[in-house]
Amino acid sequence: MSDSQREGAQSYEIKVGLAEMMKGGVIMDVTNPEEAKIAEESGATAVMALERVPSDIRKEGGVARMCSIAVIEGIQQTVSIPVMAKVRIGHFAEAQVLDAIGIDFIDESEVLTPADEEHHVDKHPYRAPFVCGCRNLGEALRRIGEGAAMIRTKGEAGSGNIVEAVRHLRQVNGDIRAIQSLRSEELYTTAKDLGAPVQLVQYVHEHGRLPVPNFAAGGIATPADAALCMQLGAEAVFVGSGIFKSEDPEARAKAVVHATTHWNEPEEILAASRGLGEAMVGIEMETLSESEKLSNRGW
Amino acid sequence: MKTVGILGIQGDVEAHARALERAGAAPRRVLRAAEIDACDAIIVPGGESTTISKGMDRLELWEPIRAFAASGRSVLGTCAGAILVSREARAADAHEPVATLGLLDAVAIRNAYGTQVDSFAATPAPGSDPAVADFRCVFIRAPQLTELGAAVQVLASVEGRPVLVREGNIWAATFHPELTNDPAVHAAFLSY
Repeated sequence: MSDSQREGAQSYEIKVGLAEMMKGGVIMDVTNPEEAKIAEESGATAVMALERVPSDIRKEGGVARMCSIAVIEGIQQTVSIPVMAKVRIGHFAEAQVLDAIGIDFIDESEVLTPADEEHHVDKHPYRAPFVCGCRNLGEALRRIGEGAAMIRTKGEAGSGNIVEAVRHLRQVNGDIRAIQSLRSEELYTTAKDLGAPVQLVQYVHEHGRLPVPNFAAGGIATPADAALCMQLGAEAVFVGSGIFKSEDPEARAKAVVHATTHWNEPEEILAASRGLGEAMVGIEMETLSESEKLSNRGW
Repeated sequence: MKTVGILGIQGDVEAHARALERAGAAPRRVLRAAEIDACDAIIVPGGESTTISKGMDRLELWEPIRAFAASGRSVLGTCAGAILVSREARAADAHEPVATLGLLDAVAIRNAYGTQVDSFAATPAPGSDPAVADFRCVFIRAPQLTELGAAVQVLASVEGRPVLVREGNIWAATFHPELTNDPAVHAAFLSY
């Protein structure tokens, strides 16, 4: 018996494949193995390892970097679901470290302090797939052009306020609908205006969607927030501070998972919304200056 | 045209729906016992086996799916779904086991190849059924099937390990036939 040589994990198809497997699920931010265990027990499809959740990064300030190796390894040993971790925008050496540790997904994230104010990581050579944030279609397609296998809205991380995630979801999906209505010769100027590769604009024109899964992140704090994002076209949700900054993380984690599965069933979203205790305290966008908005990071 | 339910708790439901349409069946996302029972066949898709199994607890779907299989209608599990249809699921390391449906006489070893950086694609060696050969297999944090019962037929293998098996009306693939454009596996599943 002989079969063909293996095609490795650098293959873009395999990277996008893992993103496909996370659809309909909830990816939860965790800062230690104990939180990771609670997330897994609650039905999370993956955990995101980081040293501080975004609301603490916002409060405490300082440079936010990739999670410590000890915490990542502790989480990898504790859960069997995929383990993701964040790298600073443009910090390809942090990405190399995560790839070497066998991380399942890398988030090149605006939540951490950027390492490069001009360039993102060239994401193609890595074995681990990448997810990146976006506010609009041009940003999404630039990241996909660099090799991202999953896109998420930036929203406004650590704010507990869903308004920015809604804005970004509507923007991306509205941009997609607008491109669908164009004639083929109009796609070249559109690509120039978006600052996006023309082949990817043509893909969106033909298929009416991104070539990779499109998830929501940044400000999800309640089961209804998750359902709102899903109804606006997100294919899965990330919950950062919303779980472990709430009064009863385990109940809230289960409830967000429940509402994400049943995103279009109001009775089920109601059932998921009962008996949760207090949600995290939110921040109004007007109280944040432009320099305090994490979503402004990334280019 | 066959109506094929795809268990819709979590995972790549949409990719299976597209593959079923290509193979000439009518896909339907199912979450409730009555919806499952209204189908001619069902698929437990790829995704996270722990997430799907917890959803099955909450929706009380274990017995309805067992009853569906007992009625003789076909069930296909891919990747996480292959784990869930097996007799038993073991972790490659110290992680806790997940509950399974016990429809297929095999033991699934979860994440048997490693993490995502060890995921891969390969073309299988010919198995016992020529209808399901000559396609690419995409393995994503894939399980392996071991301790196969005598009634389990190996339809395709990669690197000497079974990757597509069938025991009567129960089918399992450790790879993702729904992610490649080749409808061979879905077509074979629908033909029985």
